[in-house]
Amino acid sequence: MAERSFAKEVQKLKLGEGDTFTGEGILALTKALLEAGVGYVGGYQGAPISHLMDVLADAEEILTELGVRYEANASEAAAAAMLAASVHYPIRGAVTFKGPVGINVASDALANLSSSGVTGGALVIIGEDYGEGSSIMQERSHAFAMKSQMWLIDPRPNLPSIVQSVHQGFELSEATNTPVMLMVRIRSCHVTGSFEAKDNKRPPFTVKDALANPRSDYARVVLPPMSYLQEHDKINNRWPAALAYIREHRLNEVFGPSEAPVGIVLQGGMYNGVIRALQRLGLADIHGDTEIPLYVLNVTYPLVPDEFFEFCEGKSAVLVVEEGQPEFIEQAFGSALYKTGRTIALYGKDVLPMAGEYTGQVMLDGIEAFLRKAAPDLLPARLRAPNSDQKPALPDLSKTVPMRPPGFCTGCPERPIFAAIKLTEMERGKHQIAGDIGCHLFASLPPFEIGGSTMGYGLGPASNAAFDGGGDRRSISILGDGGFWHNGLSSSIGNAVYNKSDGVIVIIDNFYSAATGGQDILSSRADNASKATGHPIADAVKGVGVKWVRQLDRTYDVPKMREILNEALTTDHVGPKVIIASSECMLNKQRREKPLAAKAIKEGRRVEKPRFGVDEDICTGDHACIRLSGCPSLSLKKLDDPLRDDPVASIDQSCVGCGNCGEVADAAVLCPSFYRADVVHNPGWAERSFGALTTRIITWLQTRRSSGRLEFART
Amino acid sequence: MASMTHSAFTPKPQDPALEQIIKLAVMAVGGQGGGVLTNWIEDCARANGYAVQATSVAGVAQRTGATIYYMEMAPIGDRAPVFALLPAAGDVDILVAAEMMEAGRAIMRGFVTPDRTTLIASSHRALAVSEKTVPGDGIADSEEVIAAAEVAARRFIAFDMEKIAVDAGSMISASLFGALAGSGALPFDRASFEAAIKGSGRGVEASLRAFSAGFEAAARGTVETPKSGRAKPSAPGAPSGPKALIEQWATLEARASALPAPVRDMALTGLRAVVDFQDLDYGREYLDRVETVLASDDPARNQELTLEAAKYIAKAMAYDDVFRVADLKTRGSRFARVRGEIAPAKGAQMKLTEFMHPRAEEIVGMMPARLGRRLSASARAMRLIDRLFNKGRRLRTDRLLPFAQLYVLGGLRRFRRGTLRHALEMEHLEGWLAQALAYRRIDYALGVETLRNRRLVKGYSDTHARGLSKFDRVMDGVALLAGRDDAAHWCKLLREAALADEKGNQLEGALKTVRSFAGQAETALAN
Repeated sequence: MAERSFAKEVQKLKLGEGDTFTGEGILALTKALLEAGVGYVGGYQGAPISHLMDVLADAEEILTELGVRYEANASEAAAAAMLAASVHYPIRGAVTFKGPVGINVASDALANLSSSGVTGGALVIIGEDYGEGSSIMQERSHAFAMKSQMWLIDPRPNLPSIVQSVHQGFELSEATNTPVMLMVRIRSCHVTGSFEAKDNKRPPFTVKDALANPRSDYARVVLPPMSYLQEHDKINNRWPAALAYIREHRLNEVFGPSEAPVGIVLQGGMYNGVIRALQRLGLADIHGDTEIPLYVLNVTYPLVPDEFFEFCEGKSAVLVVEEGQPEFIEQAFGSALYKTGRTIALYGKDVLPMAGEYTGQVMLDGIEAFLRKAAPDLLPARLRAPNSDQKPALPDLSKTVPMRPPGFCTGCPERPIFAAIKLTEMERGKHQIAGDIGCHLFASLPPFEIGGSTMGYGLGPASNAAFDGGGDRRSISILGDGGFWHNGLSSSIGNAVYNKSDGVIVIIDNFYSAATGGQDILSSRADNASKATGHPIADAVKGVGVKWVRQLDRTYDVPKMREILNEALTTDHVGPKVIIASSECMLNKQRREKPLAAKAIKEGRRVEKPRFGVDEDICTGDHACIRLSGCPSLSLKKLDDPLRDDPVASIDQSCVGCGNCGEVADAAVLCPSFYRADVVHNPGWAERSFGALTTRIITWLQTRRSSGRLEFART
Repeated sequence: MASMTHSAFTPKPQDPALEQIIKLAVMAVGGQGGGVLTNWIEDCARANGYAVQATSVAGVAQRTGATIYYMEMAPIGDRAPVFALLPAAGDVDILVAAEMMEAGRAIMRGFVTPDRTTLIASSHRALAVSEKTVPGDGIADSEEVIAAAEVAARRFIAFDMEKIAVDAGSMISASLFGALAGSGALPFDRASFEAAIKGSGRGVEASLRAFSAGFEAAARGTVETPKSGRAKPSAPGAPSGPKALIEQWATLEARASALPAPVRDMALTGLRAVVDFQDLDYGREYLDRVETVLASDDPARNQELTLEAAKYIAKAMAYDDVFRVADLKTRGSRFARVRGEIAPAKGAQMKLTEFMHPRAEEIVGMMPARLGRRLSASARAMRLIDRLFNKGRRLRTDRLLPFAQLYVLGGLRRFRRGTLRHALEMEHLEGWLAQALAYRRIDYALGVETLRNRRLVKGYSDTHARGLSKFDRVMDGVALLAGRDDAAHWCKLLREAALADEKGNQLEGALKTVRSFAGQAETALAN
């Protein structure tokens, strides 16, 4: 079960004609798919579209009722390949994943799909993970659209526009036999708003209908000579059809006065930011009515030169607002203007930055700079005057405010694994360690600083392949259960077996695809009504030929983990050494168990709840424990004791009693300050009586000692 | 006035309707319930006839990282307004910071400006990893953020909303929501805020309690800054124990009270610590040492030397050995403190597990000094002892037998003076104290700094060994500096470098610098 449940929200998917939908972008997208009569949906989770997958999973019942097939695909490549159903059959299909990393993985299938062309509308919904809050390298998905000639829709970031773009996307795809990418940015996925709902539509032709009436046509297969013909078909037929369709159906929008000295060309996704900048410059009102004409590219690929030329008519300069780099749109328009001998001035990455997100300030500065150069009279007087923005002098906080990158949650089962690796490195020296994608990549940050690279999902061990031949110290690579099933089994484990790798591979199995929001995967232990779970990673690893496999079923056992690591690093065994460290993601575990425990306590059943604490008299404030933990619940406290210089460790009430503190204190021989307190709710009669007796004796001993010596009350 | 050559229209002032847009950002740490808070604000605004747009970043930022939620709202009109998706510097009306450094981050990013921003911040701290891992004190200074907030915000409301929430059995999202309502920054009445909580349907009672506490505190317009600054030594309270001992204590207390005023409180605190550690005789030894230092102190310097000596001699004498740990772990007062901290519900019982891991060093440390020395000189003996004792031991001190083990061990402290550990500690103490006094004779300030270097010795086992080694390295560096005008300054820098990171990389760098200039001087002198 995913981290966030949409069980309540998916009821909104049942709204019909005349109802107003209010909610988040991803839910609106799902609703639009159903209204458009989609026949099958799928994808692979990853921010910012993880929740779209969660919504689909929670809506499975509604989907099934409508005759829509939902797949939780094994990877983005698998998801893109599923769109093959739209090649021969008039079925609308949609898949979703994050961009651009998801498209990197999917690009093989997408390129083939684009070459074959489609009959039914094929929509790839990309959550563009760019800018603040992004977790990946900063690139653009745009290039993939260009290289495979898929059309790219980038709608204005409001619910009605996003919903409309789904309908338009399918129609454009069908009118041009070309798959269409629909791009939504991080904040558009979670933007809230309203739109007028329509009735859901059963797919006129379902996947079951297709199975009953199979089709094939070798002209669609990507093999010579058809592949050559397919390229020409793209250029000679599909492209012109797309230009015609976009123009005819006004997919791109123009706002503002028809006559003005300058104009702005922008990606649909930039619309709200541009309007805000214009509002702040006194050039647009609250409703977005603007004094500067805007040419909004809701379709950013292909571009429609004629439309652009019309927009340029009578203007002396235009600004292209295009986030990210390279500046494909600006280049294309620049080239078009030059080739047609036009002299209108083209601004873009000269007034706006080449790299980085177009935040409010960047947009304001960029548009102001453009107007200052191209039409200074349009700027309000206060901006034309020098020294217009005087800011109060603020103390410099850059040295005070600490960075706060993401890290392991309280009680995370991965923490003790990395504590064990760090301890092993303290003992045996630094090793070549490669990371992977997943929560475990947080180990590369302090306090662990384990792993120096990440090459892609499921590619951790593969990225250590150059060291497979072995040497003084064995290489270590990390792989999560999510990455393992995504790609790792073949690309990393199979690769290591075949090449007789000498390396050590640590597979971190937390029962979910945890970093993306706790979705189930093949090796999840939970029962899933519609998916097959419970397939052990160990079986799969052995199945591809790994002979040295160690399974650790409680990652909090730091000494055991160290022992296994030491064995893996020293054994004579030839071939990869695979350690599978399994414990459930604490976030998910707590979500499941907390309500159950509360209920049990209420019903009078015996429940034990562990929590850790630190004896502040014994802690010396050296923080060695924190350097092996970084747990949010293990923090510091300043004591009201003049003899103490440094703050002591302290554990707050958010501690879930995972055990890491005790294990690490023990394994690293740290200090005896930690204690674990297990609160026993509703103890039985015998337990209570025995406990009371023990307490009486202990108290007697304590009083006896105290009365014989001097003791001082401690603060 | 610039020419109007190619302008088709004249610039207008800003649309006055834009002033109706309320821009609100929440800066939080992942896991604080920022999403819940955002939903409540949204529901509340919608119920009040506002068009609302909220956005968030639900990526990796959720995993304990800094994260931001942003929303804009305006009264519903006949046409939909266009809202921005992210906050812009200088353009935020209400900034809710769920932690003090996040308030600082908001100020740094320009989201808090004196012309418009109401800053509502919880004054508590959720420490970042970088603050916690420093071997010394790496906690960022909230005072600096508060000072900046006073300048940057139009209105500034700060108090500990985390504590309010925890006391109410709820999450900080609820007390933040209360503070937002109580601040009056949003044009909605209290009932509509509460209706949003009730509408969400989970943990409503506790949330409303926390909301209410937050509301009232904010309505008072509180700026409650966290406690800070060094703890001042306070007059020690009276000890408990047999009458005869208490009488003897009174004599000792009087002796400490007779010390010069600047030293008195610290000496009393130190005295209390060492008597609690061992006995009254030990207290006498402590005062003897302090008085020796006093004899060579300079009253014109406000007895700084003796003050530091009173502090660090006490720390050195009350070292952390097995007896002390066992004693502290088994005291009744400690059991009471743990109970208070864990606060088990009525009728619930509590099991208590201690984590001990003695090594051979600790075992021989408890032996009589001569035997201990002989054994620690023999690698074979140490290996054998390690085999017998060196393993993690978990002791259930709520059970009689394990409790008795520690209890007996704690009782052995009366033999402490004869142990190897004690001998080693006293050698170290005497060496350090003698060195400090020797430096004091040529350079008062260096003497003071040398006493302060004792701060580096802390922790148990490996950490303790590392602390000792850092102490030695700093003292070696100081030896090169003695006699220079800036020796005390450099001594302080060396110590601070030693406390900055675990491995001592910064210390190594600082020592290199010291050697580069002081080493040469030494060579020159030798020539």
